[in-house]
Amino acid sequence: MVERFGRAAAPGLARGPVHRIVDRTEIARHGGTPAEERSALEAAIAVASADLVSLMGTSEEDGAAMLEFQLAMLEDDALREPALSAIAAGSDAATGWKDALGIQIDDYRASGDAYFAARATDLEDLRDRVLGHLVEDGAGETIAPGSILIGRDLTPSRFLGLEWSKGGGIALTEGSPSSHVAMLARSRGVPMVVDLSDLPGEAFADAIVDGDRGRLVLDPPPEELDRFAGSQAEAAERVGQEDAVLRLPAHIASGESIAVLINVAEPAELAAIDPAICDGIGLVRTEFLFHGPAGLPDEETQYRAYRTILEWAGDRPVTIRTVDAGGDKPVPGFTIDGESNPFLGTRGVRLSLAKPDIFRLQLRALARAAEHGNLKIMLPMVTVPAEIDRSAALLDAAIAELRAEGIPCRRPPLGIMVEVPAVAVVPEIFGAAAFFSIGSNDLTQYTTAAARDIAAVAELGDAGHPAVIALIRNVVTGAAKLGIDVSLCGDMGGDPRLLPALIAAGLRSVSVAPPLVGRVKLALARISGEGT
Amino acid sequence: MAGGDISGGKAIAGSVLLTHEVGLHARPSVKLTKLAKTFGAAIQLGTSADGPWIDAKSIVKVMAAKAPQGTTLHFRAAGLDADEAVAALVALVERDFDEAGTQAGHG
Repeated sequence: MVERFGRAAAPGLARGPVHRIVDRTEIARHGGTPAEERSALEAAIAVASADLVSLMGTSEEDGAAMLEFQLAMLEDDALREPALSAIAAGSDAATGWKDALGIQIDDYRASGDAYFAARATDLEDLRDRVLGHLVEDGAGETIAPGSILIGRDLTPSRFLGLEWSKGGGIALTEGSPSSHVAMLARSRGVPMVVDLSDLPGEAFADAIVDGDRGRLVLDPPPEELDRFAGSQAEAAERVGQEDAVLRLPAHIASGESIAVLINVAEPAELAAIDPAICDGIGLVRTEFLFHGPAGLPDEETQYRAYRTILEWAGDRPVTIRTVDAGGDKPVPGFTIDGESNPFLGTRGVRLSLAKPDIFRLQLRALARAAEHGNLKIMLPMVTVPAEIDRSAALLDAAIAELRAEGIPCRRPPLGIMVEVPAVAVVPEIFGAAAFFSIGSNDLTQYTTAAARDIAAVAELGDAGHPAVIALIRNVVTGAAKLGIDVSLCGDMGGDPRLLPALIAAGLRSVSVAPPLVGRVKLALARISGEGT
Repeated sequence: MAGGDISGGKAIAGSVLLTHEVGLHARPSVKLTKLAKTFGAAIQLGTSADGPWIDAKSIVKVMAAKAPQGTTLHFRAAGLDADEAVAALVALVERDFDEAGTQAGHG
């Protein structure tokens, strides 16, 4: 057995036969005459184009647009010209192609613009797809459904080309949880681990990927297989128990009720969710609107999206957060490039206030949508009370504009995320906020000075640290003195191990990822609530 | 006027401001080059009135221009349908590549 830990990139547990992904950039080809090499390259490009066409036919819209772009690039003579020149000068087809694409990939990567830099991955994807056909006699690798893929990295187009409905998992020595392929894995429910150190080179038959803990086990011994089977049985049993409580109101053992709300990243998620499972939406992340192919969203697009969410919720409260770009969430054309320390830089409400034209459109769209439900607006990364005052003034101005234009609107309450220690230490000076919502992820990161995405310090960034709990207790007490509501919308609220501490700290409202609602309701019912 | 060389002087020209927020990125470039290829005329694109000029039918070259938002795109074309080609390309950029109403179908 070989066990390795990396970073969790997509949750879940999978077991299957090992398929090692061939690192195509490291295979050399025995060159023929220039004419043979030229026709080999043209043939590989033709097969790669045919691959992309058939992938496009089976991909959802997000993947299809990317594939269409790749196809257009691949079919453009200008892409292959440098490689053909190198072949004419004596290079073999694989080296000629790899070197020619390498120059263009480096050029994109060096681009100052984040959007164009990201296109380097598309070219890498193309390079590897063509190389695969050059060195493998055009057959390509066949990967059995349900396999655990192991290798250096995996391109999005190869991910899309595989059959995932029969299970399977991914374990990579490089890669990142924020890569395109990790996003695809999460949306398809494929467990994935990245950033694994030194995988042994020998052959392995069987593997288990634990995408929750970032763990890979190669050739698991019987006791590991038993544990895997046990976990699967447990998971199945848990699903049954969770379903049973899903639509019931949440309470702790004493009978005191607890509000359980959901966090939503985009309206499309709601289609599959029954509003009866929750007491409302505690957090709508609006960043999805700012990452579309059309660039920054206009007022109408935003209004329609917010209205859809409010109409789904009916009478239930919906807290929409103004755009929280910056930090680890750059948005081309909006966030500030090249800040030395983006997590301590112009992000959240700081960025919105720095770009009032963009903020104004979002506030107008929100005030218009407020006509259609029970909306609250939430400001991220507030650090001083003046940020609330300045945002409130912009909201008032937006409403005055809308009224002057005769457009129906309403002024929603304006509350804040509590995620900067400067707020959590002295919540009583933030009485201008209509409500508090504790953002436990950033509060933990800023309190422990440890980023979750840096593996070496991730263990320090523990939301269970007594300092984080003490700050949360302080926020709950401060909110009570101010007579305003407080909730918590970070990952902590969905963690059964940390819920007792939150309840003990006086918190009575949490907002969690929709798949966790049942788990949280079950865990709450087991908490005594004493010691508050 | 064959061979794509239209530096001779009798070209049809047009220009338009690129308002798209992230500039001439992947999907707009796909649309622009696809549209350009529907014309027989040789068509070139420049990010300034004096060039350098690139083949508007090559997505590799159009993407390599990395034109940001606020760039004025210049087109010049020569050939039978040069007038129509320049007008159509200018109109596409003016319509913001038809992206306001989300995605278009694959051609």
